[in-house]
Amino acid sequence: MRITKHPILDFNRGKKITFQYKGQEITAYQGETIAAALYAAGIRVLKKSNKYKRPRGLFCAIGNCASCYMVVNGVFHVKTCITKVKEGMVVEEETEKGDIID
Amino acid sequence: MILLINTDLLVIGGGPAGMTAALKAAKRKAEVIIVERYHELGGQLTKQTHRFFGSKSEQAGTRGIDIARGLTKEIQNMSEIKVLTEATAQGYYEDKIVTVSYQNKFRKIRAKRIIIATGASEKMMLFENNDLPGVYGAGAIQTLMNLYGILPGKKVIMVGAGNIGLIVSYQLLQAGVEVKAVIEADSEIGGYLVHASKIRRTGVPIYTGHSVKSAIGESSVKGAEIIKLDENWQMITGTERFIKADTICLAVGLRPLVSLLIQADCAMVYVPELGGDVPIRDENLKTTNDQIFVAGDAAGIEEATAAMLEGEIAGLKAASEIGYLSEDVVEETRRLKRELKKLRGGPIGRKIRRGLSKVRGDDNVKKNRYSHLR
Repeated sequence: MRITKHPILDFNRGKKITFQYKGQEITAYQGETIAAALYAAGIRVLKKSNKYKRPRGLFCAIGNCASCYMVVNGVFHVKTCITKVKEGMVVEEETEKGDIID
Repeated sequence: MILLINTDLLVIGGGPAGMTAALKAAKRKAEVIIVERYHELGGQLTKQTHRFFGSKSEQAGTRGIDIARGLTKEIQNMSEIKVLTEATAQGYYEDKIVTVSYQNKFRKIRAKRIIIATGASEKMMLFENNDLPGVYGAGAIQTLMNLYGILPGKKVIMVGAGNIGLIVSYQLLQAGVEVKAVIEADSEIGGYLVHASKIRRTGVPIYTGHSVKSAIGESSVKGAEIIKLDENWQMITGTERFIKADTICLAVGLRPLVSLLIQADCAMVYVPELGGDVPIRDENLKTTNDQIFVAGDAAGIEEATAAMLEGEIAGLKAASEIGYLSEDVVEETRRLKRELKKLRGGPIGRKIRRGLSKVRGDDNVKKNRYSHLR
């Protein structure tokens, strides 16, 4: 849900772009973070915890906690709350730790 | 190839403290690098839509977002300051080099002085299902709502009636979100009366002496079970009540982000009044490491005005130590310290004053909380 009218703030949103999430196409605005764009599209579960597979979503939104890690273009543990969304990105829910990149 | 960058002053964190520190030093011709994790400067100011209290010389009456814009512009106009955004400081090494991950590339920075202004992180609260999506820190709500214009939910339960809880409740109402209730464990509202009255006038109940027992929901929040507390903050069985909501916002305090200070071997002391572990420092914000200063929330949780003043004091002192002396340093430092003292005066500053009295002195250095790690 995006705010269109606000008593104090104006939102000058960037260009419209699209990216992939779980095979579905999501529309976002340039300059937004991945987590913000997903959130606007109504997606709240970003990952599952490693051990008990409990759903996890945004918590701090400034890159401190580990609650928004997702797999972005095949790379695990991307902090989606501080990573900007880009045209054509492939974003997936993270359900395990992933491997070290060579 | 790993690049090594040399500079006079390295400022870690581009929030209110880091920005004023950089400006103060750069105006005395020191070469400054700011390392900022986010893609723009401003820190928490970029989401603060309310007008500031405090010191006139430190922009009281101005909204946080406008302070951030003003300082950012000033920094962009200074050729002495280089800003690295999407850059995270990763470690401080014995050869006095700081390593930085800058836009996914590895960099090394060697500076004559370092000011650590890393800010704070939200405190978590213990209750059942507190990891459920829909439970957020108050900062996250502000980020979503005030930075990106995205509503966090439709119905919100606010936990904490300190200033942050009250201000964010009001911001939610402004954005058209229903605030179901403000829950506060203490028997009294912690925030300023002016903020509390604003909330009360809109009809939102503030339940003091209450806490959250559990969050309810499968894959995201559908509500919360709240419960009454006795005078020792123990839950009173049988007083549980269900409130329907899709969002639980935690505004239960902040903790200084000090990992880099600990790693750099700055002596630390635990001061509850300042939010947790903080570095021991002198009145110019110098830590027990001669090269490192601290400023802002990383030095102890306070308001942005205090952070800006601390940044200025540290920036001025660091520039002097590097060799950029100017005639007005003594007078200007004195003025800044006077402003800071005024800000922390009165009954509102009592807790801060008590906290600060615990962060100085040689006794403290001997009691360094993390010395056993070495």
